[in-house]
Amino acid sequence: MGEAGARTWKQYSILPGFGLTLGYASLYLSLIVLLPLAALASGVFSMTWEEFTRAAFSARVMASYRVTVLASLAAAAINAVFGFIVAWCLVRYRFPGWRIVDAIVDLPFALPTAVSGIVLTTLYSPNGWFGAPLAKLGVKVAYTELGIVVALVFIGLPFVVRTVAPAIEDLDPETEQAAGCLGVNRWQTFVRVLLPALMPALTSGFTMAFARALGEYGSVIFIAGNRPMKTEITALLIVTKLEQFDYQAASAIAAVMLAGSFGLLMAINYFEWRRGSRHRSAA
Amino acid sequence: MTGRDAAWVRYLLIAIALGFLGVMLVAPLAAVFIEAFAKGAGAYCRNVTDPATLSALRLTLTAAAIAAPLNAVFGLAAAWALTRFDFKGRSLLITLIDLPFAVSPVIAGLIYIALLGARTPLGGWLGGMGIEVIFATPGIVLATLFVTFPFVARELIPLMQEQGSDDEQAAVVLGAGGWQIFRMVTLPRIRLALVYGLILANARAIGEFGAVSVVSGHIRGLTNTLPLHVEILYNEYNSVGAFAVASLLALFALATIGAKNVLEWRLRRAREAEGGQ
Repeated sequence: MGEAGARTWKQYSILPGFGLTLGYASLYLSLIVLLPLAALASGVFSMTWEEFTRAAFSARVMASYRVTVLASLAAAAINAVFGFIVAWCLVRYRFPGWRIVDAIVDLPFALPTAVSGIVLTTLYSPNGWFGAPLAKLGVKVAYTELGIVVALVFIGLPFVVRTVAPAIEDLDPETEQAAGCLGVNRWQTFVRVLLPALMPALTSGFTMAFARALGEYGSVIFIAGNRPMKTEITALLIVTKLEQFDYQAASAIAAVMLAGSFGLLMAINYFEWRRGSRHRSAA
Repeated sequence: MTGRDAAWVRYLLIAIALGFLGVMLVAPLAAVFIEAFAKGAGAYCRNVTDPATLSALRLTLTAAAIAAPLNAVFGLAAAWALTRFDFKGRSLLITLIDLPFAVSPVIAGLIYIALLGARTPLGGWLGGMGIEVIFATPGIVLATLFVTFPFVARELIPLMQEQGSDDEQAAVVLGAGGWQIFRMVTLPRIRLALVYGLILANARAIGEFGAVSVVSGHIRGLTNTLPLHVEILYNEYNSVGAFAVASLLALFALATIGAKNVLEWRLRRAREAEGGQ
């Protein structure tokens, strides 16, 4: 390790290309990701505290945080339940067409959000396939908070399925058999043995779906109705401020949102690290 | 394996899963095509071949054709540096690569306005030289680069980590040069994962809405991508037109899912073959 003394921050390797690849990757990362984020941050830090709070915590903005967070939590919870059932069926049962079902789960990843936005709005509007029967029952979905939840369920579903399915595959069959031999019934086995083992993956999937929902824009704005104080999500409010050329307010709201997202990213990394699993998580 | 749950539990769970997926995924997919053909095939063809649609298609493909390869080069460089060497700050760099996924698309557009908008020093300077970035094509390309940034890197890094560098070290000992090693030893073993990452990045690039919407300025026929064009038609109450354009994007999404599944199957086979040696 002759060179180790000269560069203690890097372990010696005989492979070439370290300087070139690390240099290029760092430069590109800085230009595309870090520099623009820093530009936003510097704009925010040049505001006074009063300017910042007035822009980022006004009543209308607070209402948008509330509806965004609540709808995202509701959608992530619905996805945790149904995503779990879908993952369980895909891993444990073989039924006709399961391969197609498995493939279609990725649809929300692949379908552009504007397309999901307009089609969900059409389906759930008062004369749509689902909207019309629901309207007869007195339930309005499109242009209400429920509509936001529907759109967020759509885009969040694959996160839960793709995180939980590998964990179900990895379950130790012997533990399950042992529980069965000990005379524990199937439901108790599930609640006491399987669910605790799957909880970390489920938490991870829930958090990813939640994080994605917080920032979602395209699929929500068509179905939400976008009434201020009621169904106006934070992402849309940022766009509204931009269209009014109020860059300061847009940046202040964005800073609050970014702080939340980065906190969640750290939480996700922590869950993944604690799981110690090397499963590649869903995109 | 499947015998452990009682039959009625099995059927009930499958019914719930299929019912949920049918309502949440299959019905919307079907509705896109049914709405697109609501006024017949003639109207559909007219909408799809409309000049505004074609020019949006051109811009969408241009942005994707620039963004996907640039991010692939970054992904290759980052994966090489991060998996073939051990250095301080390595895990920080891995975390930073995922950063764009944690940023709302709307904010992805906003940060480029903060950096390159007409009122900023950098934007003003570029504007003085006659270069427009925001509300023009370069802005759309930059926003697309940002939202597709991690895709290739995050496919390559775990794979190359798993493969280890023994083969490359052997090649160095045998006297191969850096480029030779990459082309003849590394690339053949990561080719499928690279294509996989490119397909995902490409799909996101073509479908991106929020980030592109913020930086585009919506100048019809000039800075409109296909997803933005869908929004404009929809807001003009031209439902058939909006869904006709949307059906193009849906077809592309289906092709992406198909390609993704074929590649996943081949990746699994390649891994099994490597493990079986």
